[in-house]
Parts: sequence; C-alpha cells; structure tokens
Amino acid sequence: MNPGQENRGNPGQENMGNPGQESRGAAIDLRAISKAYGSFKALDGVSLRIEAGEFMTLLGPSGSGKTTTLNVVAGFTEASSGALEVGGRSVVGVPAHKRNIGVVFQHYALFPHMTVSRNVAYPLALRGVAGAERERRVRQALDMVKMADFGHRFPSELSGGQQQRVALARAIVFDPPLLLMDEPLGALDKKLREWLQLEIKRIHRELGTTFVYVTHDQEEALVLSDRIAVFNRGRIEQIGTGRELYDEPATLFVGKFIGDSTVLRGAAAISGGETAIEIAGQKVATPRRLANGGRPVMLLRPEKLALVRRGASGDGRNRLTGRIGEAIYLGSGSKYEVDLADGSKAIVRSTLEADSFAIGDEVEVLFAGADVKLLADDDKADLSLT
Amino acid sequence: MEMKPLTRAVLGLVCLLVAIWLVAPTLVVVPMSFNENKSLAFPPQGFSWQWYQNFVTNPDWSNSFLNSLKVASIVAVLATVLGTLAAFGLDRMKARPANLLRMLILTPMVVPGVVLAIGIYAVYLDTRLVGTLLGFVLAHTILALPFVLIAVSANLEVFDRRLETAAASLGANALTTFRTVTLPLIAPGVLSGLLFAFATSFDEIVVSLFITNPYLKTLPVQIFASITRDADPTVAAVGTILLFATTILIGGGMLLLGRERKGRQ
Repeated sequence: MNPGQENRGNPGQENMGNPGQESRGAAIDLRAISKAYGSFKALDGVSLRIEAGEFMTLLGPSGSGKTTTLNVVAGFTEASSGALEVGGRSVVGVPAHKRNIGVVFQHYALFPHMTVSRNVAYPLALRGVAGAERERRVRQALDMVKMADFGHRFPSELSGGQQQRVALARAIVFDPPLLLMDEPLGALDKKLREWLQLEIKRIHRELGTTFVYVTHDQEEALVLSDRIAVFNRGRIEQIGTGRELYDEPATLFVGKFIGDSTVLRGAAAISGGETAIEIAGQKVATPRRLANGGRPVMLLRPEKLALVRRGASGDGRNRLTGRIGEAIYLGSGSKYEVDLADGSKAIVRSTLEADSFAIGDEVEVLFAGADVKLLADDDKADLSLT
Repeated sequence: MEMKPLTRAVLGLVCLLVAIWLVAPTLVVVPMSFNENKSLAFPPQGFSWQWYQNFVTNPDWSNSFLNSLKVASIVAVLATVLGTLAAFGLDRMKARPANLLRMLILTPMVVPGVVLAIGIYAVYLDTRLVGTLLGFVLAHTILALPFVLIAVSANLEVFDRRLETAAASLGANALTTFRTVTLPLIAPGVLSGLLFAFATSFDEIVVSLFITNPYLKTLPVQIFASITRDADPTVAAVGTILLFATTILIGGGMLLLGRERKGRQ
C-alpha cells in the first residue's frame, strides 16, 4: 500500500489500510497562529489543516518554527494569537495534560526511576486503567514497538533506539487521537534511523491515528509523510506531497530545501511569454514568465540536466559552459558538480549509459527550457540552508 | 602510573597521621566514658557503666535528650518541607530575584551564630518564646533551612525538567508530576537535607544557650552546663552513644544506597 495516496485530503477514507476499523485520528486545524518572543516572531501567521489519520511532516531548518508549532499543538507553548482546533474542538487555553495528545521527544524523556513497563503504564495509571487491563495494554504497546522482552529493564540499560521505541509505546498506549513527534530519530545513527522510519510508518498504518512529525531532514520527510509543510522563518512556504514539493516548488526556498537543485541567477530579459537569463555572456531561455513580478531565477533538478564535452554537438537546447568540480559515483549513475562560468554550481545526475567525466573536464551543461522552474528570487532562501 | 615503593610508604604514613588527627579527638571520649572515678582525666582509670546508667536515670540527662530528639525531629520535617518548596520555587523563578531570595535564605549560615542568637533572644523575650518548644523549633528551622535548600537545589540543577513536560503530555497535572516524577528523582537531595536539618538542630548550642530555661533544655545545653559545672563523665557517655548512633545511621544509609545502586545496574 502506498501511504502517500492513502489519506491525503480524503476525510472519511483515512483507514483504507485498516478495514473494519473506524478512524481514531483527530483532524487538526491551525488558523493564523502567531507566537512572539519579545520582538522575535517565532511563528508568523501559520495556517495548516491536517486531516484525520494523516501523516503530516513539518519540515524546515532549525529556528524555522516547526518545533514551536508542535509545542503549540501539544500545549507546551501558548500561541500569542490564532485559533487551534483538535478533533473539531478548540484547545486554546487547554493545559497540555488535558489535551490527550501523545508526544515523542528527541531526547526520549523516559522516567529514569521507573522500569520500561512502569513508564508505559504511567499514562494508563493516570487514566484509572488498572489491573489486568493495564497489563494487557502495556504488553500490547510494547509488542507494537517490539520491546516486549524489555519490560523489567530500566531506561539506562537500553540503547538510544530502544529507549525511543519505549517512548513511542508510552505515547501510544493510551490511544491518543493524535501523536506528535519532535525529531524523534535525531539522536540516532543512520542505519537505525532508516529502520525506525519504516517502523514508524508501519505503526502509523496500524493505528490509523493522526501523526505530526517534525524533522529538518528532507529525506526523512519524503520517506514518511503523506504531506509535508515546509517551514522557513516562522512561516509555511508550501504544503504538499513530497512529489509536489519536488516537482512544483512554490518558492526558491522550497526548491532548494527539497532535493538537489541548480539555481541560475543573472540579468533577466522578458519578452512575450519567454524569460531569458544571461549567465557570463551565455543566454538561457524558458518559455515561461513569472506571474507576479520579482526577479526571476531558474531552478533545475539534477536529472533534467545533461552533460556533453565542450564543443560536442547537442540538440538546440540551452547550453552553459563549465568545468567538472566534483564527480561522485552513485552505483545507479553519477552525480557531478559543475563549476559554471559565473562561479555558481550546477548539479547534474547522469544515468549509467551516459558518458562519464573526470574532475577538471571542460563540459557543457544542456537543458530544455520546458524543464526550468521559474521562481522569484529570495535572498532569504540561501541563509537558512543548514 | 606506577608509584615507587618509598613514595607509596610516605603517602600511606601521611594519610594515617591525618586520619588519626581527624578521628582521635572523637575517639578519646569512648574510654573516658567508662571511667570509674568522677573525672575527665585521660587516660581513665578502672571500668564502669555508671555514667551510662546516670544518663538513663538522671532526668536532667534523659529529659534533655528527649527534648533534643523532639525538637530535631520537628525541625527536620519542617525545614525539609519548607526548604524543598523554596528550592523548587527558586529553581523556577527568574534568575535575578531568585538569587536575591536565595541569598536571604542562606544568611543564617553566614551571620555569626552569636549575633543571630542575640537577635532571636531579644524577640523571644517580648513574645515569651524563651524556653518553649515552639521557640526552639522556629530558631532551629531558620538555621537548618539553608542546608535543605542547598541539598535540594543541587539535585534540582541536574534534574531534567523536560521529564515534567513529558509527564504533562501523558496526562499528569502539576501536582501529580511533582509527586510521581520530580520528587522521586530529587529524593536523594531531600533526604540528605532532612539529615542535615536533623543534625543541625540536634547539636545546635549557641542559639540554644540563649533561648533555654530550666524547664526546657536540649542535650547540647545540658552537656555544656554539666561540663562547666563539674567534670561529669556522663558527657563522655553521651558522646559515645551519639558517636555510635551516627556511625550506624550513616553507615547503614550508605550501605542501603550502595545496594540500591547495584540493584539498578
């Protein structure tokens, strides 16, 4: 099943993966949420609707407001202004402990003086679940994260990945309609992270609850999410599926943050429906123009670019001269960084069948005007790439 | 690094000397308490249990001991509760006012005991608190509070407050969070604060001398009175009893802590 097509924008059909079970997820509606610390605006009019059962990722560099948004939803931070509904009810002013929302933290936050079982039983005890029922649900939650054999251990006796799985069990054991995760895999190494991503995906599928996931890792966002909200400087730049963000970035920031990209900047000339940009004396053109003004820049995905040796023939496409600065063999193909004449870098991905090049080779970069994304220049797009 | 045998021997000797220097004055009371004669001369002569008997049967001694126990117990509980609350509050306050308040609570540690004693005595004369249980408890609590504050604050400093956020997300209100998460994790600090508070009150002498009267004497006051009046070896007997009591208490506590730590690993 492809979870990317499972839930999105389809309230009422959220649980195609869970036949016979009605949705237990809550929809979330943030409307014009702002949060100011003194004169600093951590959140500046964030509006976001998350469907019941959806896996929504808040993606952005550090300080972009994604964690603040999560904290506002969890009730750890009160928004300065704006409306917030969870499951159709306003939760503005409701303290965190009354919101019934599961939260998984980057730092695990397991209680060190309790065993794994007691940690997981904690939210149940608070809700008056006792005896055999409590035991059953603790076991079920630990089973789900594959930690059933570790109930008697203390958190200090577990590895980071194990602790985070226990934290996940503790956050889902009381069946919250919404689970928030704040960079839960941030402290783990790559292999473990990739495995746990799949585990989280599976658990989302099995539970059918709404997941909101915060990360600065765009690959992680692409792996996990139904939809992604890209944050920058306290605002949402774009909301969409991974594919939409990659193919149709709404802003230069999104284009650069998701995936590799080549950005061409230069003196622009617009005539009719065509925009041309001059780069170190060479003109490249695209049959598009910016709808609402601004200085146009061209954004190109690496697989849309082709490389030929300088002077070699190619179709009548746009050509830019450059020199290979870096050549990376990827197995399924190669990735090249080409230093262009104006000092900027082009990133090219070529397939196995294409000619291979070495560092220092004089080349020409070819691309079709139709493959260009024309975006308004934004000097803030560069700074935030962390 | 490997030590030369000579270095090792000299080092051992120095350690031994320092240890004797530290412990000897305390241990001297043990043989003295078995003295046959009514004298504090050292070395003692003969052997007898009579001073221990005197401690138990003479109401001057047994009453003052019970008074001290009563005062110290109440002070320990009161100072621990107040000190823990203060430490908790100061931990969550803005830094500047918190530091000022902390200094204020810590002043009894810095102010010379005599000065404090004179002040307390002056106030107690007017309020008729001299020689009362309440008077002793109030005065000793002021003195014990800084110790609790320091012990609990030290624990709160290393306490991960994000655990409280986690508890809230799981449905615990502030009070439940404190009871089930914060308090168990700062318990070592609270316990050592309790011990310090008890000890502070139990052997407080300067302020006690001022606010005592013939009807309410604490043990240190009685010891001081006895030793200034005559050479009564009961003092040595009391000292020996206290020495063993504290050794057992501290030793037992350390054993218990060690066992718990081992159990967790």
